[in-house]
Amino acid sequence: MNPHRRSPLVLAATVLVYFFLYAPIAILILYSFNASRANVKFEGFIPAFSDRVVMEGSMVQSSPCGPFHWYCDLSRNNDVIEAAGNTLTIAFTATIIATTIGTMAAIAMQRYDFKIKPFSQLSLYIPIVIPEIVMGIGILTLFSQLFGWANTTFGLTGDARLSLGMATVTISHIAFMVPFVTLVVQARLQGFDKSYEEAAMDLGANEWTTFRRVTFPMILPGVLSGALLAFTLSLDDFVITFFTNGPGSTTLPIYVYGLLRRIITPQVNALSTVWILIVFVAVLLLQWLQSREEKPSH
Amino acid sequence: MASEFAVEMRDVVKRFVTPEGNEIAAVDHVTMQIKNGEFFSMLGSSGCGKTTSLRMIAGFEWPSDGEVYIEGKPMGHTPPYQRKVNTVFQSYALFQHMSVYQNIAFGLEMEGAGADEIKKRVGRALEMVQLTGMERRKPRQLSGGQQQRVAVARALVKTPDVLLLDEPLGALDLKLRKEMQLELKALQQQLGITFIYVTHDQEEALTMSDRIAVMSKGRVQQLATPVEIYERPVNKFVADFIGESNFLEGTIKALSAKEASVFIPALNAEVKGMPMSPSLVNGEEVVVSIRPEKLRIVDGPAKGEGLFKARVVNSVYIGSDTHVYLDVHGIRLKVMEQNRISRLDPSSFYVKEQEITIYLMPENTLVLKKE
Repeated sequence: MNPHRRSPLVLAATVLVYFFLYAPIAILILYSFNASRANVKFEGFIPAFSDRVVMEGSMVQSSPCGPFHWYCDLSRNNDVIEAAGNTLTIAFTATIIATTIGTMAAIAMQRYDFKIKPFSQLSLYIPIVIPEIVMGIGILTLFSQLFGWANTTFGLTGDARLSLGMATVTISHIAFMVPFVTLVVQARLQGFDKSYEEAAMDLGANEWTTFRRVTFPMILPGVLSGALLAFTLSLDDFVITFFTNGPGSTTLPIYVYGLLRRIITPQVNALSTVWILIVFVAVLLLQWLQSREEKPSH
Repeated sequence: MASEFAVEMRDVVKRFVTPEGNEIAAVDHVTMQIKNGEFFSMLGSSGCGKTTSLRMIAGFEWPSDGEVYIEGKPMGHTPPYQRKVNTVFQSYALFQHMSVYQNIAFGLEMEGAGADEIKKRVGRALEMVQLTGMERRKPRQLSGGQQQRVAVARALVKTPDVLLLDEPLGALDLKLRKEMQLELKALQQQLGITFIYVTHDQEEALTMSDRIAVMSKGRVQQLATPVEIYERPVNKFVADFIGESNFLEGTIKALSAKEASVFIPALNAEVKGMPMSPSLVNGEEVVVSIRPEKLRIVDGPAKGEGLFKARVVNSVYIGSDTHVYLDVHGIRLKVMEQNRISRLDPSSFYVKEQEITIYLMPENTLVLKKE
């Protein structure tokens, strides 16, 4: 029997997997061009360009942007722009902080032996396996207890009152990112030969210069892929953000959820499409970094 | 120079705790003095403490006890970057993200040398190891031999007082290794700096070294010149580890200041005038060490001083030599004969069960303490 002969079952499974993975995305993108405002059925593309939006019932007849009407509509939606800004601000801030902490943790765990090391290693997996909703509730409880105590104790009122917002979302994102970054950097450090560092010190570099000039550049691909993973996780986190956000800290996932509860216009689809594109580029970048990392270093 | 010795280890002990929680001494009361400008080797099998000793000189490890001195100064906990020694690593440890030029320039940058000076010195270093023109290559684009040269250039460009080499030729194939041995030796003589060389390859150590410390189980077994180590090993371990030896047991019957007469049951004879290691006493049970190449198979009957009868067990042709395994009263002896003439004629070989005569010159043996 030819070992390379494909069984029809395998083929069918492959097709089904791809279908259920990508058909929803394809439909989502298609609907972002929907002429129907109701967005229940695909009623065809918006047919024409015109100076202004021409509606007939729930159907868009023509628009200055033509088929890209909902994208233009989206770009004028200040709430979306604010949410996107919040999302990126949180993702960038949290990524930078979490990557720094995670990298330091990975190096410490690689280099030093300490009593609680087995516990530290285990504790990295807990936030990853714990249901996100449990963590979300936990963080919310923590913050409300803490803020309640602080506000009463220090008599904080008005604007000075501690409440949920950008800071709490960022902090909780950092909390769930750190384990991911640490594990990714740890994997990179696994094959790191300490004689590189010894060579640098032997040649006259002190500990800090050794880290800056030798260790860090050599583990950089690992650090970057950890950071990128953390960044994408932050971009589309819903559950934890849902519990920890407050006024003025609405992120895109939270915003979309809010829209869905009211009315689903193709604007949501346009937003999702843009978002998918951004994440797609990030994932490609991640893949590229990881493939670079796999090349032999000797 | 501040001191007669480039490096000195005084009663150095290095203890490690094994994962099972046992404490072991990787280096156990080692004392050695390495002279300025010397090519010094530490020779031993893995786990003998040679690499740990080297690492303590480099500053990657600190002694548990005792002290390492460089140029007469006690090193204590001086970090590697404050010691005037440089290391060539077994794995080379070339910085993969830097070019050949950047690798060699790294140490000079750390000294704060100016760009012009760095350029000049890197150029000279590359010339010295014959790698001019390779400046822009990345380490992974070089062959093993070339990487090795970069590692040497990177260390030597710092003009250290002492160059430490940790099995630097271990990853190279035999032919290249032999070439590099001679090259390193020539380089050392040309520069006149002290080389401390760690190896498990006895031939390498004998080829290159001015003096060798033979190490085992964390201790120095013998520290002497290659000739002394080979011709006058101080104990059975060294005699066995360096080169090959036949060992015959016997009892001292008479002795003078430097020679002994030993009765050897295997030969059923008392052999007179054999050199001996110090501190042996009359009547002591000893071993007589005989190098295989120093035994000779001779024509004629086994009658006369130093002539003994033996039976051929096996004869192995290895190109340059023939190894003949003999049986003498149930004791196995090995004789190495150089193939000075062509052996194409099958009758020139010894055959199994052939009775032959061997000649043992007392001055070519050595009487050692039985361990």
